Amino acid sequence: MTDISAKPAARHLSGRRLSLGHRIYAYSSLLIVTGIVIIPLLMTALGGFKTVGELRTNAFGLPYEWRWWNYTDILISQRYWLQMWNSAVIAFLTVGLTLVCSAMAAFVFAHVRFLGSRLLLNYFLLGLMFPAATAILPLFIRIRDLGLIDTYMGVVLPQVAFGLAVSILLFRNYFRNLPRELFDAAFVDGCSYIRAFWYITLPLSRPIIATVGIISLVGSWNSYILPLILLNSEEMYPWPLGMMVYQGEFATDWQLVLAFITLTILPTVVAFFAAQRHIIAGLTAGAVK
Amino acid sequence: MASQTGATAAVRPAARRAFGLTPRQIGELKSKLPVIVLFVPPALLVFTIFVILPMGEAAWYSFYNWNGYGPPEQWIGLKNYEVVFRNKVFLTALTNNFLIIAVSVLVQIPLALWVANLLAGRLRGAVFFRLIFFLPYVLADVAAGLIWRFVYDGDFGLVSAILQFFGFEPIYMLAERQFAMSAILAVIVWKYFGFHMMLYIAGLQAIDQEVMEAADIDGATGWQKFFRVTLPMLGSTVRLSVFFAVVGSLQLFDLIIPLTGGGPGNATHTLVTYLYQFGVVRLQIGFGSAVGVVLFCISVTLAFSYRQVFMRHD
Repeated sequence: MTDISAKPAARHLSGRRLSLGHRIYAYSSLLIVTGIVIIPLLMTALGGFKTVGELRTNAFGLPYEWRWWNYTDILISQRYWLQMWNSAVIAFLTVGLTLVCSAMAAFVFAHVRFLGSRLLLNYFLLGLMFPAATAILPLFIRIRDLGLIDTYMGVVLPQVAFGLAVSILLFRNYFRNLPRELFDAAFVDGCSYIRAFWYITLPLSRPIIATVGIISLVGSWNSYILPLILLNSEEMYPWPLGMMVYQGEFATDWQLVLAFITLTILPTVVAFFAAQRHIIAGLTAGAVK
Repeated sequence: MASQTGATAAVRPAARRAFGLTPRQIGELKSKLPVIVLFVPPALLVFTIFVILPMGEAAWYSFYNWNGYGPPEQWIGLKNYEVVFRNKVFLTALTNNFLIIAVSVLVQIPLALWVANLLAGRLRGAVFFRLIFFLPYVLADVAAGLIWRFVYDGDFGLVSAILQFFGFEPIYMLAERQFAMSAILAVIVWKYFGFHMMLYIAGLQAIDQEVMEAADIDGATGWQKFFRVTLPMLGSTVRLSVFFAVVGSLQLFDLIIPLTGGGPGNATHTLVTYLYQFGVVRLQIGFGSAVGVVLFCISVTLAFSYRQVFMRHD
């Protein structure tokens, strides 16, 4: 499961050659799908180098003249870096708090049985049942009454809260499958639960920390509806909001909007290709387990 | 536990009298209490304050006509719900949500299954194709939405360029009532099929190779193998993938806003964009909360009954 992206399924269909006909069929189908997937992205990046007029007349070609300053103007603007910074801070806090809160709670659910522990776990799992949007208005009122509107924490705390159910579930399932003997031995030697968490569970849990961290990071980095409702000044906007504002301002200057989109999704694309194995494994593992 | 026996001995006399607990239980409690008290509350507090209480409050606010300032005072009973269910736009939004589920099940999942089947084989470059197909899933919905808003743009977009190449008049896909929803559905398939494909690739790799070889020896054709062996063995993955399509449809918001914002003429709302447009933008807290409660009931009912009916044995 963890290796789905890395290994080309060596076992599958092993020992058989694919016929030439089948290979032609497979590659031509895959190339068509690739085209549909990649062309909008490619044309977005190329469009950022064109002029408005050229977008109209030369939709699919390379730019006649590469207008680098469409890009460089954005790169030297403050708004670009500010929105990336905001997203980064919110994501960093969200991932950190999610990992800490959910790993600790999951440890208790995995190892400590007490009156009502099962009930409490089910209480958390309620969070899997409905989307964040259902409670968005009361959430807005609550954050406002707490004085957290337009602050990083006002976005981070609800994001953490809505990520807890999945995170606790993933951590707990992983913790429960760690070798029982390790804990028995430690407890016989008088090790407390808290020490066992710190010295036994955590050092063995790097894969699951990565999985939960990636799910939480991607969710927070891309999140739109919560910041949209809980932030109201543009200096606080993370990039999905910043991008919408930019598009609103330069509505018909599509070449600028395209350059802006390209630069803004660039970190995601680079990170995806750099850590593809972990990202794909994390996002699908989170779904399957 | 060494420390536990020591502690037990010390508290024994008092314990017997106090709560009727055996010394063993007292010892256990002593070792468990710190970890419970330290480790559970952070998650419990955050979850209760920002998930459970707001949900409860949504139910409460939904009985009021309230703009969010001062305490809610104007009790109007079930009036908000009445308005919701009589509202044409709400019914369109609900229909759209089911349309999205239908397209996911009938177009997206077969596509994902087909591509996964091609890629699970010994094909050179399979890893590269997987990466490319998964890429849209990693991009934020907002970015994908804006990119496709450009693709569909009547003046500058790619679709109208193609139309013009074949001698047709360019159209503003997203501004036409009859095209807008289909255009959005295409983007949804584009964005999410890679995720489902990954689930199927994982499922395919888990199928025991001997079964396939047995089918080969028995002379099964490609189609027979797919429908008689692969598909039945992927049963639990298919059910899971449909489940995600259903849940995803009910949450769909980020993609719609940059594409159409629910327009033209409120034709492309989903339940969440409807809630946003008519509850949040107009600051109708009571009404929006009622929509939230309806969305909650639909989500829970669908998720729960789906699990009961289709995923009982998975």
